[in-house]
Amino acid sequence: MSMPVVLRIGPFSLLWRPRTALVCVVLAGIGLALVVVLLGTGTLAFTPAEVVAALFGGGENQMAERVVWGLRVPRVVTAACVGAALGMAGAIFQSISRNPLGSPDIIGFTTGAATGAIVQIILFGAGPFAVSLAAVLSGIGTAALVFLLALKGRVTGGYRLVLVGIGVGATLSGVNTVLLVASDLDRSVSAQLWLAGSLTARSWSHAVPAALSLVLIVPIALLYARRLALLEMGDDAASQLGVAVERTRLAMVMTAVGLTAMATAAAGPIAFIALAGPQLARRLCRSPDVPLLPGAAMGAVLLLAADLISQRFPSGLNLPIGLTTGLLGGIYLLWRLTRDEKV
Amino acid sequence: MRQVRRRRWLAVGLAALAVLALASLVIGSRSIPLAVMIDALRAYDPRNDLHLVIWELRVPRLITAVLAGAALGLAGAIMQAVTRNALAEPGLLGINAGAAVAVVLAVTLLGLTRPAHYVWLAILGAGLAGAAVFLLGRAHETGTNPVRLVLAGAGLSVVLGAITGIVILNAPPTAFDDFRHWAAGSVESASFEAVAVLAVMVAAGLVVALTIVGGLNVLALGQELGQAVGAAPRTIWLFACLAVMLLAGAATAAAGPIGFVGLIAPHLARAVAGPDHRWILPCSALFAAILLLGADLVGRVVAAPSEVAAGIVVALIGGPFFIMAVRRFRVSRP
Repeated sequence: MSMPVVLRIGPFSLLWRPRTALVCVVLAGIGLALVVVLLGTGTLAFTPAEVVAALFGGGENQMAERVVWGLRVPRVVTAACVGAALGMAGAIFQSISRNPLGSPDIIGFTTGAATGAIVQIILFGAGPFAVSLAAVLSGIGTAALVFLLALKGRVTGGYRLVLVGIGVGATLSGVNTVLLVASDLDRSVSAQLWLAGSLTARSWSHAVPAALSLVLIVPIALLYARRLALLEMGDDAASQLGVAVERTRLAMVMTAVGLTAMATAAAGPIAFIALAGPQLARRLCRSPDVPLLPGAAMGAVLLLAADLISQRFPSGLNLPIGLTTGLLGGIYLLWRLTRDEKV
Repeated sequence: MRQVRRRRWLAVGLAALAVLALASLVIGSRSIPLAVMIDALRAYDPRNDLHLVIWELRVPRLITAVLAGAALGLAGAIMQAVTRNALAEPGLLGINAGAAVAVVLAVTLLGLTRPAHYVWLAILGAGLAGAAVFLLGRAHETGTNPVRLVLAGAGLSVVLGAITGIVILNAPPTAFDDFRHWAAGSVESASFEAVAVLAVMVAAGLVVALTIVGGLNVLALGQELGQAVGAAPRTIWLFACLAVMLLAGAATAAAGPIGFVGLIAPHLARAVAGPDHRWILPCSALFAAILLLGADLVGRVVAAPSEVAAGIVVALIGGPFFIMAVRRFRVSRP
């Protein structure tokens, strides 16, 4: 474990660890490299030099500029924002539930967001904007429901929150199945496509809201980061140290829900980034802090890498990004299980 | 005291099952008078339409629901006992997902559309998934951590789910159409052909389960304590896994992936019967059969003349029940 360093500017102090900072910087570097490769990948392939030239407008290649700025930059921005949001949300949920499995896909929020989207697609045949909006609203609604149902004597308790989340998620998944089975085949297929999670044809109308909500929500999460770390010691210990336990939990749940809902609205349900991102980040940082920023960086890198794999996948198989992450994330989890002595 | 209470609950359960069974023969898209139903059972007349409906459709359906439900209840109870995890159930350990992949491949690659044809593949898929989880979770090691097994199940479920999704999305729409109906979890298309396979598998699973019922009680004490009183955890684990594969695999093949039944029934059984697995297993099987049969019946009634698949009804009723249980009983102990 590396020694923490405290920065003080007036009344504000920031505790950071050199190793954590190094991890973030390295991940950001890998992320940038992936972005350059991704911008050059597609039906028209460009070299990294052409991509950089097109990005800064200095290139001769008009076509490259149009393709890169018009099609690929929005997609890459969406991917990076969605990955970062899921990574951070996963870190928060895993910390609150004190459970490495407590990621938003497992405690039902993703299913809730999907319900809203499927209702729009199947009952109303709605367009992408209405679908995204419904996903965000129903994701937040599901979270509020889970939180209220988990309340008992004004205390939610980490474990009860996860269990109630699983129950609500399973119920909604029943609703989703009813809709998929009852509707006509065309709409059912397009709902199934949305459920697979996808980054194809993402435009600025996906990228801009995703980036904006990240800018809005992340500072709130960082503000509560220390208190969240104290909460991991248990409710009693944390409240003796002066943490407003329930308020911190509520605030953090809401930020994590906001991040998840945004990600789901932008790209559909994407598995395992929220589970694997923070776990990998924590392993790299070896720090007792909740890995908010490293988790976000790792999430972005993972999703960009998964997108690259999806696009470069040989043969004409249709391989949506959500399924790629599910496949790779699951294999990662299984591989870790065979390697680790203690879980 | 407890003995009396157990017997009373068992009697109530059996009575409820009998009433539901009668109701499920009578109620449906064509409601059949009770007298005709009794006639059909006593003196079957193949020229009578209503008799045909009862024998060809409703009886196999009834048996499928009861057998699949009981199998899921038993599997859930065994899994919760050996993993000492209140949330363990066939769905969680990847067994539903394994069966689903097998069914998808059977439907898309082999063009099999009838349950009686792909039932073997589903059992094979469930068995392979169960074996993979068993090995990856190192269930065979003594002193193993039960959390590892659950994690292996969750990981494998996601991998298999992704494969299912990829196959479905790249298959012709008709294959997706077949699959979405199976995936809803329904006993609607039950036939005697499939019932026979199901019955054999469930009987085999039951026999295996009965051999370890005492061992489950010891294992419930925990690995160390169990070993200290002389149990052989490896053998118990092995038999438990075999039983779960047979039971859950057969149920999933016959009725589709059905969640919650294997989760709720053992909790109810423990609440009624106490900690002894010689009581928990039969109670759990009984309650699970009631749950699935009831769900099938509700699905037929609420959407008449159309139907809602039993698996969906279970999820819609089971979810709120589960949340209530989390709040009421102390299942939320980590």
